[in-house]
Amino acid sequence: MQIIEHFMSLSLIRTVLLTAFSFCSAARSLSTSVHLQAQAKSKKTLAKPGVKNIVLVDGVRTPFLQSGTTYADLMPHDLARAALQGLLNRTGLPKDAVDYIVYGTVIQEVKTSNVAREAALGAGFSDKTPAHTVTMACISSNQAMTTAVGLIAAGQCDAVVAGGVEFMSDVPIRHSRKMRKTMLSLNKAKTLGARLSLLGSIRLAHLSPELPAVAEFSTAETMGHSADRLAAAFGVSRLEQDEFALRSHTLAKKAQDGGMLSDVISFKVPGRDIVSKDNGIRPATMEQLAKLKPAFIKPHGTVTAANSSFLTDGASAVLIMSEEKALAMGYKPKAYLRDFVYVSQDPKDQLLLGPTYATPKVLEKSGLTLNDIDVFEFHEAFAGQIMANLKAMESDWFAQTYMGRKTKVGAPPMEKFNTWGGSLSLGHPFAATGCRLVTTVAHRLQKEGGQYGLVAACAAGGQGHAMVIEAYPQ
Amino acid sequence: MASVRLLVTRSGCTALKAITARTHVSYEVKDNVAVVRINDPTSKVNTLGRHMQAELVEVINEIWGNSAVKSAVLISSKPGSFIAGADLNMFQACKTAEEVSYLLQAGQKMFEQIEKSPIPFVAAINGSCLGGGLEFAIACQYRIATKSKKTILGTPEVMLGLLPGAGGTQRLPKMVGLPAAFDMMLTGRNIKADKAKKMGLVHQLVEPLGPGLKSAEERTIEYLEEVAVDFAKGLTGKKVTVEKKKGLMQKVQDFVMGLPPVRKQIYKTVHNKVMKQSKGLYPAPLKIIECVQTGIEKGNAAGYLSESENFGKLAMTSVSRALIGLFYGQVACKKNHFGQPEREVKKLAVLGAGLMGAGIAQVTIDKGVATILKDTTEEGLARGQQQVYKGLNDKTKKKSLTTFERDRIMSLLSGQLDYRGFENADMVIEAVFEDLSIKHKVVKEVEAVIPPHCIFATNTSALPIKDIAAASKRPEKLIGMHYFSPVDKMQLLEIITTSKTSKDTTASAVAVGLKQGKVIIVVGDGPGFYTTRCLAPMLAEAVRALQEGVGPKKLDSLTTGFGFPVGAATLADEVGIDVAAHVAEDLGKAFGTRFGGGNVEVLKMMVQKGFKGRKSGKGCYVYGAKSKEKKVNSGAEDILKSFKLTAPPAVSADEDIQYRLVSRFVNEAVLCLQEGILPDPVQGDIGAVFGLGFPPCLGGPFRFVDSYGADKLVQKMKHFEEAYGNQFTPCQLLLDHAKDSSKRFHK
Repeated sequence: MQIIEHFMSLSLIRTVLLTAFSFCSAARSLSTSVHLQAQAKSKKTLAKPGVKNIVLVDGVRTPFLQSGTTYADLMPHDLARAALQGLLNRTGLPKDAVDYIVYGTVIQEVKTSNVAREAALGAGFSDKTPAHTVTMACISSNQAMTTAVGLIAAGQCDAVVAGGVEFMSDVPIRHSRKMRKTMLSLNKAKTLGARLSLLGSIRLAHLSPELPAVAEFSTAETMGHSADRLAAAFGVSRLEQDEFALRSHTLAKKAQDGGMLSDVISFKVPGRDIVSKDNGIRPATMEQLAKLKPAFIKPHGTVTAANSSFLTDGASAVLIMSEEKALAMGYKPKAYLRDFVYVSQDPKDQLLLGPTYATPKVLEKSGLTLNDIDVFEFHEAFAGQIMANLKAMESDWFAQTYMGRKTKVGAPPMEKFNTWGGSLSLGHPFAATGCRLVTTVAHRLQKEGGQYGLVAACAAGGQGHAMVIEAYPQ
Repeated sequence: MASVRLLVTRSGCTALKAITARTHVSYEVKDNVAVVRINDPTSKVNTLGRHMQAELVEVINEIWGNSAVKSAVLISSKPGSFIAGADLNMFQACKTAEEVSYLLQAGQKMFEQIEKSPIPFVAAINGSCLGGGLEFAIACQYRIATKSKKTILGTPEVMLGLLPGAGGTQRLPKMVGLPAAFDMMLTGRNIKADKAKKMGLVHQLVEPLGPGLKSAEERTIEYLEEVAVDFAKGLTGKKVTVEKKKGLMQKVQDFVMGLPPVRKQIYKTVHNKVMKQSKGLYPAPLKIIECVQTGIEKGNAAGYLSESENFGKLAMTSVSRALIGLFYGQVACKKNHFGQPEREVKKLAVLGAGLMGAGIAQVTIDKGVATILKDTTEEGLARGQQQVYKGLNDKTKKKSLTTFERDRIMSLLSGQLDYRGFENADMVIEAVFEDLSIKHKVVKEVEAVIPPHCIFATNTSALPIKDIAAASKRPEKLIGMHYFSPVDKMQLLEIITTSKTSKDTTASAVAVGLKQGKVIIVVGDGPGFYTTRCLAPMLAEAVRALQEGVGPKKLDSLTTGFGFPVGAATLADEVGIDVAAHVAEDLGKAFGTRFGGGNVEVLKMMVQKGFKGRKSGKGCYVYGAKSKEKKVNSGAEDILKSFKLTAPPAVSADEDIQYRLVSRFVNEAVLCLQEGILPDPVQGDIGAVFGLGFPPCLGGPFRFVDSYGADKLVQKMKHFEEAYGNQFTPCQLLLDHAKDSSKRFHK
């Protein structure tokens, strides 16, 4: 079997080299041959001449907990700190060996607007290590990682820590704009009379607070509402959604029980017990799922609380290095981080179709097809959103009409898709999910012996991301 | 008549099978739900015509005869149109009021049967649901509408001088309450889906979908059908209830409305309000009140009878004919009769950021066309940009635009003081000061920077286009585009072509105007073109009346009493006394004593004193004060006194003054047709009504001549001519029509 597979993969390389990439065939075949010596079982490597090999050394995350549970009394940087410390423990990385830290977050705690820096200092990183925070909705930590990749590729850094945190147990609730204006004027008021008259101007309307909504600013539509419309647009039934949700929970449970989720670190929560497991995984029966009422479009919608990802607290972190640096420090990297893309589209009707747009683009960049991918990890915002994306990816009409492509890219085979659960079951702390996806791909590639993995995710704003990950030779 | 009978016979005969295949209505049974799909293959919208009705009756009877069918869904297969109303031709073909009433009764009967149907009907509404379409929908047991921008519900019959004649006046008050029903039927306003839900006009909303495996439109209709079928099943299984729980306010309102004296007071108040606004010139609103009152006070049978009879009577009125004529005219003026332009205008530049320029820019960017707004001074530019922003921002306050959409639209506007970017412009519209030498300067400057294909349009209200074109190196690309102020509110655009203007240039100007949402008339060149030329003699006559001692308030009430939406004195203030003086002088020079009457010096003196109209705070009236009562400007009165004329008693009765004003307007309009400035009477009527506020109930100057009688008008004019001379000499074409009563402007 192995020999046949090996032979087939070699012939694959040859065809690809001879046809599509004749331009750089010499360079590519050179690097291929180098790797072939080190790698017994290989298709081809995606290394590119003149581009640094960048590796994922390791990745960890705190357990993802439903918001309002054990983490309820923390602050976002506490969770981020836990993830960073966990990464240090896991990798044994000297604290001063890190050149830079990039961290993602979506709902910002105003006290720690650069949460990267606060968490890094608290986690004991050198105060000489700069840190910045990025935000790009649900793909914030993807953005953190690709920022790290960029810093290394540009030769500015060798070792960067990236990650993301989301803390939904506490969100900034503001005074109304009217009240804020009054309070700010109050600061400037000089006389008692002026202050009293300002205070006297406060009306009941001033007191109604502003809540942060998970709604698009541009369309004022909540994401769940958009997901329901998207599911309907692609004719995804309630049953299909519930089935997919159940699959996610079942697979997550299996992965948890089987000890697959090795990226999870234990975290002693101050004043509480040690947490070492995600707490949102709850495989139910189809009957139980069917009982739920739609959460957004009532009464005829199909998106329910059970087939949507839930509000989650959690943080993640990864160590990214140039290959030379990792090897020089004696690390055994887990994977190469290869090509990646960001895409964006209509934030109203295609809000959550990022994976459909990003997948063919990143595959094309890497010279791969869907069949070459061994491991798929897609962010599951809603079961309906995943099913809609799968249907869109299977549709020639959609590819031609909306994406300007000749043909469909095809839908990933389910046996390779999110086999350790996903955001629906593990939880989705917005800015922490990206690192979980990448680390999971690396781990699955190792476990399953695959070579290429694909991460794809959608994000608010009608944006999306995809990245190709290559297993590091064992 | 024969086909009417056929319709009725069919409705009573369930066994009769369709002999030929149905073309407008089809149905299939899904899970015991009959899905009835309406699609008129001959039109973009569905209308309830004889054919459609006949097929509907047939299908509905078949459904009732099928014991497997437990409920039904009524849906249109057309994107953007459920049913846009009844087929107007059907009524127009009728000779007598009785004939129309008879037609209506057939419709009433059909809807009554649906209302009393043994199985529930669900109307699934996407797109326009108007007039008879709405009456159909409200006869159904349940209504679901898409929350699309295209979904509008309403009873626009009143705007055609008619009333909702298929049960609307009877069902609506019960459904949405008396006040809301009166508001709907008396204003004819369009109601969006979410408002309709709040009012209780529809039970359920469905979100429009984006693209999926099919186009957004196609999939949205499919989805609406799926949801409607589910609700239909729910209704059969008693899982969905039709009755909405009433809130406290609703209960209180119901109680109050249950008291006869309260209702009586409402009828009275509404009646008075209608009389005040319509001056009694429009019979339809009064009939609507009558029908509603009859139905509520004397029961359904009397209500239906009153409805069908009154509809029949209204259909025979000249007001209804006039309004329907305007409706068709408007449709005709929303088409490009000059073909597809060679190049689409993708970038437009507007010169002059004044009221006009900024208005033009606003209606262009909000249709997605990138626009440069150029002025010569920073203050002028800032004022113009603020005007555009305010125009859009006001829409966000009314929620017809989101702040995000406003920002996107504003991003298409480039305010600047130089000619940067003009090299890529496809069309330039100048709206600079009305002075020939300035216009010439602008033509030369602009032509030096624009590409060869670029069209130069001039927005002038009186200067002949060929005079402006004299400075142009490429007169075939030069055209007049006369907008009306305020541009974002006034629907009319008057396009003026010279003998040198190319057809493609015209086609392009019309295309741009249509994109801007305008109703367009295309006229020939000459001083004042068509609209300004008609208005000028009327204003001259108004000035004469003022000089003769008719006060501005009296003048206003005489003109509004005739049906003008704005009184003549107020109109002069709105247009601007300076503009009026300018036009009066220019056109006076061009046309001589025919344009005389009032003394131009009156206007000039007013301008000198700073009484330029509303914009300067003073004109015939004083503006600015917050009080509702407009005060006459005593300064203007003094000027009028110094120019006082003695009114000849033979032609100075109230009615005489009205006809003096109107006959000069009408005579000039007919002369424009005679001289070929106007291509046809339809455009003449549309231009007068939509641009100058000619009484809509008269349908425009040409329809007025037809309905009033050219001979009677000529007689009146001759009477005036004796007192004032050639200003009242009827033109030849009018005389021709007076001589031969078979000659009519409209068939």
